[in-house]
Amino acid sequence: MSAQATSTNRFLQIFSGPFGALLALLYAVGVTYVLTLDPRSLLGRLLLFSALALIYFIPQRPAVKFLLGAMLVLMVVPAIGLRNPFLLEIGFQVAVFATLALGLNVVVGFAGLLDLGYIAFFAVGAYLWAFFGSQQIWHVDEPPGTFTVYATFPFAAWWFWLFIPLGILAAAGMGIILGFPVLRLRGDYLAIVTLGFGEVIRVLANNLDKPINLTNGPQGITPIQRPPLPEFLTSPELLATLSRWAGRPINANDVYGFFFYFLGLLILGFTIIIARRLDRSKLGRSWTAIREDDVAAVAMGVPLRRTKLTAFAIGAAFSGAMGVLYAANRTFVSPETFSLTASISILVMVILGGLGSIPGVVMGAAVVTLLNIDILQSLSLQLSSLRQGPDLIPLLGIPWKELPTQLDPARYQRFFFGLLLILMMIFRPEGMVPAERARLELHEEEGEAIPDAELEGDLAPDEKLAD
Amino acid sequence: MHLRRVNPFKEILRPLGQLLIFIAGSAVVISAITLLLAVLLRPTRIDIDILQTTLVLLPQVLIDGITLGFMYAIIAMGYTMVYGVLEFINFAHGEFVMFGAFAGVELLIWLNAQGMLKTAELGLALVWITLAVLLGMVVAGSLAVTTERLAYRPLRGAPRLVPLIAAIGVSFLLQDTMRFLQSAINGDFYRTFPEFGPFAQRLTLFTVDMNGRPIDVAIQYKAIMLIAFGVVMLVALNYLVNATRLGKAIRSVAQDQKTAALMGIDVNRIIALTFLIGGALGGAAGVLWAFRFTRVDPYMGFIPGLKAFTAAVLGGIGSIVGAMLGGMVLGLLESFSAAYFSIFSRGAFGAEYKDIFAFGILILVLIFRPQGLLGGKTTQKA
Repeated sequence: MSAQATSTNRFLQIFSGPFGALLALLYAVGVTYVLTLDPRSLLGRLLLFSALALIYFIPQRPAVKFLLGAMLVLMVVPAIGLRNPFLLEIGFQVAVFATLALGLNVVVGFAGLLDLGYIAFFAVGAYLWAFFGSQQIWHVDEPPGTFTVYATFPFAAWWFWLFIPLGILAAAGMGIILGFPVLRLRGDYLAIVTLGFGEVIRVLANNLDKPINLTNGPQGITPIQRPPLPEFLTSPELLATLSRWAGRPINANDVYGFFFYFLGLLILGFTIIIARRLDRSKLGRSWTAIREDDVAAVAMGVPLRRTKLTAFAIGAAFSGAMGVLYAANRTFVSPETFSLTASISILVMVILGGLGSIPGVVMGAAVVTLLNIDILQSLSLQLSSLRQGPDLIPLLGIPWKELPTQLDPARYQRFFFGLLLILMMIFRPEGMVPAERARLELHEEEGEAIPDAELEGDLAPDEKLAD
Repeated sequence: MHLRRVNPFKEILRPLGQLLIFIAGSAVVISAITLLLAVLLRPTRIDIDILQTTLVLLPQVLIDGITLGFMYAIIAMGYTMVYGVLEFINFAHGEFVMFGAFAGVELLIWLNAQGMLKTAELGLALVWITLAVLLGMVVAGSLAVTTERLAYRPLRGAPRLVPLIAAIGVSFLLQDTMRFLQSAINGDFYRTFPEFGPFAQRLTLFTVDMNGRPIDVAIQYKAIMLIAFGVVMLVALNYLVNATRLGKAIRSVAQDQKTAALMGIDVNRIIALTFLIGGALGGAAGVLWAFRFTRVDPYMGFIPGLKAFTAAVLGGIGSIVGAMLGGMVLGLLESFSAAYFSIFSRGAFGAEYKDIFAFGILILVLIFRPQGLLGGKTTQKA
């Protein structure tokens, strides 16, 4: 059973065959047209996302879908990004969080270990490059503050490339260190301990400004170096050409926008490939086995300790790499990025998309990131522009001006995350794009087409009893 | 469940005795360790006499720890009871605490605005505080029951992680709901406990002579109040669970839901009542927390909730007596680490590390004694 077949419905049938491919192409072109009309419109960005989602779901050959998707991601987004760099920023953030979500998916979705402190590994990667890629080394003896910025750095910018693998190693090491003590714990206990671990990392980041100043405390570390751009990318001729196309001056900083966008996509691409390979590997099957029933798995010869530890290490490794990249992109790292809300938002991505489902998790990451940095922010902007005007709030009859600024939608991420989590758990625990196994387990009554033998093998014994 | 005749006096005296033993025991052990450390570290500091500083601070630290311990113990009841009945960690319990705190504080702020608090003598002030605590209990209790009905009941019987994730969702949703309500009504999202009554006054217990310097060992009326509320609530809960029909029903549902249902117990009703009791205790603890720390905000319940859960695990989750012990130990440990960590490490590590202490303990307990200090058999079921 493939994902297409399960989600086939009448609407998507329109997109089958050569005519369907043409229709999808037309839709993509239409979206591009809307975006060229107004590169800044939220509607355009949402349409772009819908086009990408549609391309995933339509019943076409993988090559066709891949081609259409690549056209949008690799050509349309950068082209529009010339005129509105925010699109590239969103693209980069989606890539970062999709990678994080894929890492968490290894731990939660594949191995069934609920990790509520996942952002800690991201913090490890980010602080690693923040410490070595900034001038913090020179300030370890000073109390936190804003330091004078020198012209040189202890490590040259190209070390960034070496710190990506180092970030992976450091985060994986942390995963193993955390994994050891909590190996014996199951389910909810593990969740609480990992949550505590995440908080510990945040407290450490906040307080390790003394006795030696490693993190510069709540103020965070800045400036952090970005990797050097190849010379041809910053040549005046290229910048001049790009400026002509964009209709606005393009400088080296804008080039960094493209650079990070493509680098993020590249790492995400690698991550997807690795996650897919893992899912179908012997290790992946071991994870499934311990997720479903660890006693039975051990009886069948799955090494419990090692399997769980690799899940922690690999999941952490993904976010370690992205941490390094994120620190370089922001040039600033502070503890508040690594809050519990961030951990939970990654969990929301995984749950929304579908536990264990790679395309689902990527889609979940895109939806949550869009909600987080685009939709809620746009609503807030809208509200604040209404607040400038003399109009009254409909129904209430109070002027918009008197609406407290505390009511900004952008401040209510937790509300939406919470609501999403509850609704998903009650109505669709397998997520938007369910992994095959989860769909079989959670919607047994709808799976008439599946032979009984297959179902029998897939269900854990206690779930059968529960029904 | 064997039948036995209940002696009400015994059911009140037993938890009182247990509480006393737990408080005295953990206070003595932790003080002894701290003093030992102080003696050992004494030669490292020449600027101040660590031992003397430690001794001077000790009574206040103990009182702080005990009041904190009572609050953790009361909050831990909500976790442990729900866990006992459903084997489910109610992640949103800290938010019930927060709602209770807001309800109580709002009532007091309103009373203050009416000018009712300004003139309050001790007796009247006590009445107002009790009213606030009761309102907190009603609000948090009904919120807990509503939450159970809407979000948790539909998920009963689902795989284990499903209700847990929903509970995290409830926790986040409730935090921002309160934030929204407060922002919409008051324009800002935090409130302050109004100051009234003679609670800040101190009652001098005795005076010690420290190298010719007399030092008063005093206790605030506030601390006495907090301890009194704590004792009453824990004893009442013990009585309810051990000596009433409802308590027997709760215990039997915790033991075996199906059999309890066969014996004619309405399991859904008992589960809802368990949430009601746990939530009400949480709400009361929230008002007391606000009384102690004065500021309430929508995110205040989270960390206490986590700590109280740690306390419940420390004592042995599912066990009410265990939660009392765990709460006491954790409260004292936290107050001691907040007070002494910085002195002992020459200010290199501040009081902020107290949270790390609490989580460190949680991890250690789970590794070496997952059934908790008082737990009998293992509580980890797949």
